[in-house]
Amino acid sequence: MSSKKDPTKPSGFSRRGFIQGIGIGGSALTTGVLEKEALAAPPPVAGPGLASITLSINGKSQKVEVEPRETLLDTLRNHLDMTAAKRVCDRGTCGACTVTINNRVVYSCTVLAIDAQGKDIQTLEGIGAHPIVQAFVNNDAQQCGYCTPGFVMASKSFLDHHPNPTYEDVKRGLSGNLCRCGTYVGVRKAVLEAAGKLKGGKNA
Amino acid sequence: MPNYNWPPMDQRRVIGKPTNRLDGVAKASGKAKYSSDLNPPGLLQAVFLTSPHAHARVKSVDVSAAKAMKGVTAVRVISAPGTEIQWAGTEIAVVAAETEPIARDAVRAIKVDYEVLPHVVQESDLAKVGTRAKAAGEQVTGDPDQAFKDAEAVSDGEYGIPVITHCCLEPHGQVIEWKGDKINFWPSTQAVSVIGGDLGKALEVPAANIHVRMDYVGGGFGSKFASDRWGIEAARLSKESGGRPVKLYLDRATELTIAGVRPSTYAKIKIGGKKDGTITAWDSKTWASGGFGGGGMPPFPYVFTKIPNFRLNHSAVSLNCGGARAWRAPNNPQASFVTCSAIDDFAAKIGKDPLEVFLKNTGLSVRAEAYNRQLAKAADMIDWKKNWHARGDSGSGNIKRGLGLGVGTWNGLGHASHARTTIHPDGSVEVELGSQDLGTGTRTVIGMVAAETLGLPLSAIKVKIGDNEYPVSGPSGGSTTVGGVSASVRKATVNALDKLLEQVGPSLNVPVDQLEAVDGRIRAKTNPDKALSWQQACQKLGVNSITQEGENDPKRNEGLNAGGVAGVQMADVSVDTETGIVRMNKLVAVQDIGLVVNPKTAESQILGACIMSCCAALMEERVMDRVTGRVLNADMEFYKLAGINDIGEIEVHLDITPENDKRGIIGLGEPCAVPGVAAIANAVANAIGVRVPNVPVLPDRILAALNSRRNA
Repeated sequence: MSSKKDPTKPSGFSRRGFIQGIGIGGSALTTGVLEKEALAAPPPVAGPGLASITLSINGKSQKVEVEPRETLLDTLRNHLDMTAAKRVCDRGTCGACTVTINNRVVYSCTVLAIDAQGKDIQTLEGIGAHPIVQAFVNNDAQQCGYCTPGFVMASKSFLDHHPNPTYEDVKRGLSGNLCRCGTYVGVRKAVLEAAGKLKGGKNA
Repeated sequence: MPNYNWPPMDQRRVIGKPTNRLDGVAKASGKAKYSSDLNPPGLLQAVFLTSPHAHARVKSVDVSAAKAMKGVTAVRVISAPGTEIQWAGTEIAVVAAETEPIARDAVRAIKVDYEVLPHVVQESDLAKVGTRAKAAGEQVTGDPDQAFKDAEAVSDGEYGIPVITHCCLEPHGQVIEWKGDKINFWPSTQAVSVIGGDLGKALEVPAANIHVRMDYVGGGFGSKFASDRWGIEAARLSKESGGRPVKLYLDRATELTIAGVRPSTYAKIKIGGKKDGTITAWDSKTWASGGFGGGGMPPFPYVFTKIPNFRLNHSAVSLNCGGARAWRAPNNPQASFVTCSAIDDFAAKIGKDPLEVFLKNTGLSVRAEAYNRQLAKAADMIDWKKNWHARGDSGSGNIKRGLGLGVGTWNGLGHASHARTTIHPDGSVEVELGSQDLGTGTRTVIGMVAAETLGLPLSAIKVKIGDNEYPVSGPSGGSTTVGGVSASVRKATVNALDKLLEQVGPSLNVPVDQLEAVDGRIRAKTNPDKALSWQQACQKLGVNSITQEGENDPKRNEGLNAGGVAGVQMADVSVDTETGIVRMNKLVAVQDIGLVVNPKTAESQILGACIMSCCAALMEERVMDRVTGRVLNADMEFYKLAGINDIGEIEVHLDITPENDKRGIIGLGEPCAVPGVAAIANAVANAIGVRVPNVPVLPDRILAALNSRRNA
């Protein structure tokens, strides 16, 4: 594989850039922040059996009885009837279960409900009339719609952190979510449209 | 005789306008409730125990420990002792419990003894499958032996396209409640009107006692027509749990293992012809597997069906793998990939531009004029003249760029459909039919057709689908839905409007056939001032609503819909010859689809199909483990789908022409899912100068192909 050839020639992009541009490796998601917080303040031992926990979801305190092994996703869907987040891969790959915790995007299938106590959990149910929702509709960034809630949450949080994204930023920033119907072209446009609307709103 | 014809193109006010989907906000805000989102009171969760062995006989199943667990309400043995298991993932037993964790614990407590038997799970090498291959018999047309002797050039090649799965994001499953003699069934299905009958047959319950409801389905792609074992077993669990509702959805690994696949196709193709590119002879040896039941038989030679001399030999291979289901354009993507790759190799052999060779042979198809027009249009969109180079003649750097093309076809005639339109005295309008919206935009199309017919905005129409108590409408498969539902809704709504006009005519003093419904008014055709607003007109109904039905009968062609389309796609890729990584630069699609109801969702269909083709061409493959007989990549980390950054730019051209429009409405879901894989595979061959025989064109395959050329 060694080569003395100049990798930047002839097509104008470098090998590193080329590889970085490929695949779903450029995920903007991170759960590392949770791990750090867990180390700082280890939660009390709970279970086996049901544990009574309190979660802060969309600014509202919710008491719920779950087994310590239940994920935040299953807790939302099965115990709180909050079903915007979907269970698709259940292994932290596809992003259909995306929520935010303390303003960071998280796959809720990779977080235990008991570990989400004391944190600010935001789900799609809580974002209200955010311009990203209508932008998804306007740009037909959905077909069957099962990945859509995760995409909308990821897009909303992406825009929170990147209010002036370029087209390339969008393609990289949303690469942590998968769609089977193939709605990515609409998603790219929707995120840029919402970015424009949000800026317009602030300036107005 | 009512006039059901579509209004002329220039007079349409709703149809043909890019329109946001009716359920867009519900889906994007997370409010849309899929069947898997339902949590009715008293809901139980169910989980399958599945076979870890690809081929085995069940010796014993001990469910006593599971049954004794607290919170478990029912345990059922599905594969009784003596049952021969033919693929890993086969359902052995199923548990219903108060919560999913309890159900999973109970599944783990079930003890099964198997007699493990030898299995075969790989078919890419025909020599290794032995008696698992069943020949379908030779088909010969013309005199292929003589034609190959006479040919000025002969090319041959080997091609393979593997099994892929549907990977619906909403897994297969349902919520179901069997209480007394009545069943409430909330499936994830492509067949709302008929799935109840399918379930009823298995359970010996009259279909009339089964109420099916489904508002949204999270992907189907051809895999969600039947009630399936999960529907049947969940119903029985419900009954055994005192009629409590049961939720049973496949976990992702099981979904990817048993919920349907697209069959593979492997091929050895020989093409003979003239040096000007004219193809005169075809010989194919092909084999395929879709699981234990064998596999599909792709139509060869694809599109170029009038090649004068050909010989076909096909074998179906039975494997110990989960079974095939219809997968978006069954058999066609495989046939397109193999045929277009072989023609591309023939073009390379005679040193010609494949675009010229395809154009030279469009007369061998039944849609020469459409292909000629589409090839020219697609070439224009991708700037073929400027960007194409002879195969492998792509400069000295390690990043090689190439172009490729593929073609496809499909029928897509409208299915049987009944619809009911009701006009109420308050002016509100309801359209009801037992159809379903797979995300294709069916709901919106139904509303647009009714709105156009009544001269109302889309927002005035309440579309009610997803309930088997509505008039029967066909399953969504084969791209037959849009033609079927648009015709039945058009007819029901014309019928309802005619009744309204009969009541309104006297008060306007205008003969009924001189009235029209336009822009929210009922008015005289010749004197638009002689009019009533829609509300005023409907008030004339007094207390009686108008309800009328309409039917699309596929056996009677009434000109509202049609079938039979052509499509062309072209790809522009860059390949790093040192890493084997392919980058999509661009994919363009030209698709003829007759009359287009909603260009916005139509374009989305094509974009989605192009992205699915990127997946299948570049990364997607079900990988079987020869030793354990299991799916090695039964998860979404290693069952690769393209992400938002993997697909390059995609451009769609809807081939809307007055001639195409006159044909009526034609289904779109499948035809655009056909040509993409061939286009991308051919672009890679063009870029690196050598054919990569198997898709997906993974880096290791590209490097191996480059090495084999170096060593040759």
